[in-house]
Amino acid sequence: MASTDSTAEHSAPGRVKAIAQSRAIWPLLALALILIVAGFISPNFYEIRIVEGRLFGNLIDILYRAVPTALVALGMAVVIGTRGIDLSVGSIIAIVGAVIVWRIKMGDPHVTILFTALAAGILCGMWNGFLVAALGIQPIIATLILMVSGRGIGMLINLLYGGTDPSFESAFLQGLSTGSIWLIPTRLVLAAGIFLALWLLIRRTALGLFVESVGGNAAASNLAGVNARVIVFVAYVLCGLLSAWAGIIMTADTHTSDPVSVALYIELDAILAVVIGGGSLAGGRIYLGMTVIGALVIQALTTATLISGLPPEYNLIIKALVVLSVLFLQSANARNAIRGLVSRKPS
Amino acid sequence: MIRKFALAGAALAATTFMSGTALAQTIGFSQVGSEGDWRPAFSANMQESAKEYGVDLKFANAQGKQEEQLRAVRAFIAQGVDAIIIAPVVVTGWDQVLREAKEAEIPVFLVDRDVDVEDKSLYVTRISADFNLEGKLAGAWLAAESLGDCKVVELQGTTGSAPAIERKGGFEAVLDQFPAMEIVASQSGDFTTDGGKKVMEAFIKSTNNLEGICASFAHNDNMQLGAIQAMKEAGLKPGEDVLMVSVDYVPAIKDALDAGEANASVELRSAVGEFIYPVVLDYLKNPTELDKWIVIPGDLHTAD
Amino acid sequence: MNASAGPAARVEMHAIGKSFPGVRALSGVDLTLYPGEIHALLGENGAGKSTLIKILTGALDRDAGEIRLDGEPVDFRSTGEAQTSGISTVYQEVNLIPAMSVTKNLALGPSDGAFGIISWRKARAAARQKLARLNLDIDIEQPVGTFSVAVQQLVAIAHALDDDTSVLVLDEPTASLDAQETATLFSILRDLKSRGMAIVFITHFLDQVYEISDRISVLRNGGLVGTGLASDISRQELISMMIGRELGEVEATFAHKASEEKGTEKLVARGIGRKRTLEPFDLTLHAGEVVGLAGLLGSGRTELTKLVLGAIRADSGTLEVGGKDVGRNTPRQSLESGIAFCPEDRKAEGLVGDLSIRENIMLSMQAKNGWLRRVPRKQQERLASEMIDALAIATPDAEKPVRQLSGGNQQKVVLARALASKPEILLLDEPTRGIDVGAHAEIIMLIRRLCEDGMALLVASSELDEIVAASDRVAVMRDRRKIGEIAGEDIKRDNIIRMIAGEDGGQH
Repeated sequence: MASTDSTAEHSAPGRVKAIAQSRAIWPLLALALILIVAGFISPNFYEIRIVEGRLFGNLIDILYRAVPTALVALGMAVVIGTRGIDLSVGSIIAIVGAVIVWRIKMGDPHVTILFTALAAGILCGMWNGFLVAALGIQPIIATLILMVSGRGIGMLINLLYGGTDPSFESAFLQGLSTGSIWLIPTRLVLAAGIFLALWLLIRRTALGLFVESVGGNAAASNLAGVNARVIVFVAYVLCGLLSAWAGIIMTADTHTSDPVSVALYIELDAILAVVIGGGSLAGGRIYLGMTVIGALVIQALTTATLISGLPPEYNLIIKALVVLSVLFLQSANARNAIRGLVSRKPS
Repeated sequence: MIRKFALAGAALAATTFMSGTALAQTIGFSQVGSEGDWRPAFSANMQESAKEYGVDLKFANAQGKQEEQLRAVRAFIAQGVDAIIIAPVVVTGWDQVLREAKEAEIPVFLVDRDVDVEDKSLYVTRISADFNLEGKLAGAWLAAESLGDCKVVELQGTTGSAPAIERKGGFEAVLDQFPAMEIVASQSGDFTTDGGKKVMEAFIKSTNNLEGICASFAHNDNMQLGAIQAMKEAGLKPGEDVLMVSVDYVPAIKDALDAGEANASVELRSAVGEFIYPVVLDYLKNPTELDKWIVIPGDLHTAD
Repeated sequence: MNASAGPAARVEMHAIGKSFPGVRALSGVDLTLYPGEIHALLGENGAGKSTLIKILTGALDRDAGEIRLDGEPVDFRSTGEAQTSGISTVYQEVNLIPAMSVTKNLALGPSDGAFGIISWRKARAAARQKLARLNLDIDIEQPVGTFSVAVQQLVAIAHALDDDTSVLVLDEPTASLDAQETATLFSILRDLKSRGMAIVFITHFLDQVYEISDRISVLRNGGLVGTGLASDISRQELISMMIGRELGEVEATFAHKASEEKGTEKLVARGIGRKRTLEPFDLTLHAGEVVGLAGLLGSGRTELTKLVLGAIRADSGTLEVGGKDVGRNTPRQSLESGIAFCPEDRKAEGLVGDLSIRENIMLSMQAKNGWLRRVPRKQQERLASEMIDALAIATPDAEKPVRQLSGGNQQKVVLARALASKPEILLLDEPTRGIDVGAHAEIIMLIRRLCEDGMALLVASSELDEIVAASDRVAVMRDRRKIGEIAGEDIKRDNIIRMIAGEDGGQH
């Protein structure tokens, strides 16, 4: 950031240009625009009150609801960084939910269940990582296997152990999902902690550099002494772990396991969040912070259309349009084309 | 060949023994698949109650594919079953195979979804619940409970799905009769608990804590259960502050009704064998023209 | 332009020049093709063969020079235009669709039918006619993929040929053929030649050059070294043209070390090899010694370095590094035991283009450190700027994505990465490929400096001068086999050339 300032020489147009060229600006601008439009639609949109001992309002809702998608998207960002993709994240969430209900019905202590659920996610990630890194199956095919079978596995666990009514009560798990600490929803605190841990892992160890080098050029990384297979494997395990956290939060939120429809299409939202955050499916870069912004853009859009009163048929179209325009503005080609049009006019 | 005969003989002996009638009827049933909670329960009930009615049921799961279903129906025709029951995967593309069944003089009954054929005489009748009626029942209960004065928030099913369209239609048809009743917000919760919870959370904010809202109508119980959670988390009392009415009558909503957090649920029966088999068996005994749609009633359940 | 004896030239390329950003690919190259001749075009990787061919066939524009076809100046703007004028090309990778039938493959591409509409009856007839030109009798309804590579190659040639074809360019047509298949191809080429076609044959198999070609042209570093009748050029002369300058030119710039001055044994390979890749070989690298690896293209230079590194898995032999048996190593284990490697193909195997210069330089060192012990950012920046200064990498700062650098600077980044890992053994595959003369000399000097500091280096190169100038010992490769070593005062171009040509038994 400091280097762009010095080249722009503090001149206003130079700075504007530098900002316009930064990838970060467009998702943030989109987020701001959505929030502004929502404010016009619903005058009390920005209102934040204290209800039942926690902060309450649309803005809190957006943060609150974005947590599962953001967690999955962070895992996806790492996987996409290796030039991979994980389609099975929704299925991992379904499995985690079924495992939670199963262990609760078995009477495990709820803290143990938390770790069992995380272990289930890690196991799923190891399976994906094994297929991609050890067997060399293309990521989209490898993770498709768990994507297709995972919800079935969840249903099977429910069928065998969950009984007819796979719902439960757990003060501990629900506390993690829907409780609050000093007015702040617990899941926001939890998500911030997980984000920080992941950031430290990626940016304060060499893992981030290795993931980006493997995603950028696996052959070169290998010859330079990076064990590309291990790095790819670790990326999928991380994605499984983060999906498990999302699964715990979502399952505790509704106190029930619903493998058929829980987190349906969350993989698409997660990929979208990564892409809105400036990531490329060609791999080679991880933007953790911007991925969270991407998830917030998606959730702000969903919340805004829900309160807008528009018939639900329009929701998906509006979402598509907003996403399209963000991606359009991010594309260097499109920006150059627009610049070309604008600069040609005066002459 | 010998094995087949042996099997048929055993089946014959078993059914004869159980039903006490001279000869069991063989009926082929082509089911859509095993998605969701309701359909497997429906399949299980069809198979169990077949024994009670002395029916030799040949069950075929189409796994959501029409071509699988067409193959199953043709297999039934080839086997020369006495009647065929179809729960269609899709509404179109049935003319040809139904004509084949008619030529083989095998009567066809539809359950659950409808088919779109030019010649209605290709099937005997459709025996199914009426989604529209379910919506009307919910609307009528609400009209009675609120004395015709109520602002409603609606949790729709998956956008464009038949139950969502029909239940909404039936519900609105009743509301149109009452000038003081209206739907003030309606969004899709995709038939899921999570979806219902998210939509209700948004409604709570957009209506200033459901101020002036007297009822929540959900196209299924799962969404209503999510809505109940959202309201409780916002410090509201579902069932007291707001009337809660939904469709399906799943086990979890019974608990909510008992706890006073839900007020009414219209039952979508999965135990429909007792409605379907008598119609089919009567027709086989005495083939007369039937109405093209026989409605399986959905009872409305309340707390008491 | 007096007509010489014999027929008039079909193609005359004169003073062809071509530059790419940062690279002079061709300059002042002449090439003349006569009807009824097979003309071999030789040169190492990067010599300019494919650039010259692409200019001839319209795939690339030329910067300078002229092309005459039957005496008329021509200026092809696309391969289609060249094809219409009778110049067809078959590329190294067979450009056919394996799952499609022969007929369909032959109907694709240049066809005289209306756009998009194909009459299969006509297509079949045309396919049969095309195959008949090559005396090829196969079932044209079978998918191309079901035939042998040789037949596929012939189908590709049939695809390229039509009635008007007068010049046929074959880029490494025999690379994946066995002896029998090559013989079949050659008999067809002779037949085409007898019908007056001019054939350009690019290969790196010298035996085949002498077997089939009438004339030979050799390119090196973008320039034409010479053209002559195959019968006039000895094998030794040919090798000299390809990888060395004329004998008696500049001598080595330093005194080769005598064998008794050798340092400790750093790396000992015994019987390392892999079936169908490289015959088992023995090799020892000493501290403070540069071992050159000489041989023609395809002789196994790259394979040898990669076997030592472990990037190609050996199926025989043992490897000792620093006195310890390391068994079947991987690049990662090699790095830990002090081996660093600079690959030949910078873009595909060397650099991570989107990462910065700093990150690229850091990569091996960080991999050696392990993922947990991240080198702090300050230290990274210091190291990167040290390397940028030491190797004179031309860049405004270390954060520039490495793909934006010129070829020479990219090569220096690859070298910097290897050096940053503090190796005791350095394997360099073509360290001066595609870089300008100034950078070339710098890198040779750097190699000598590292050697003086006690490092053991293995330098594979297609430039004989480079090998002679830098090496204390030279390992010579031929036909995927290490055929011998030359040490000390015997390191001379003619000695190496003689050895590669096989006119002198290797002295172990």
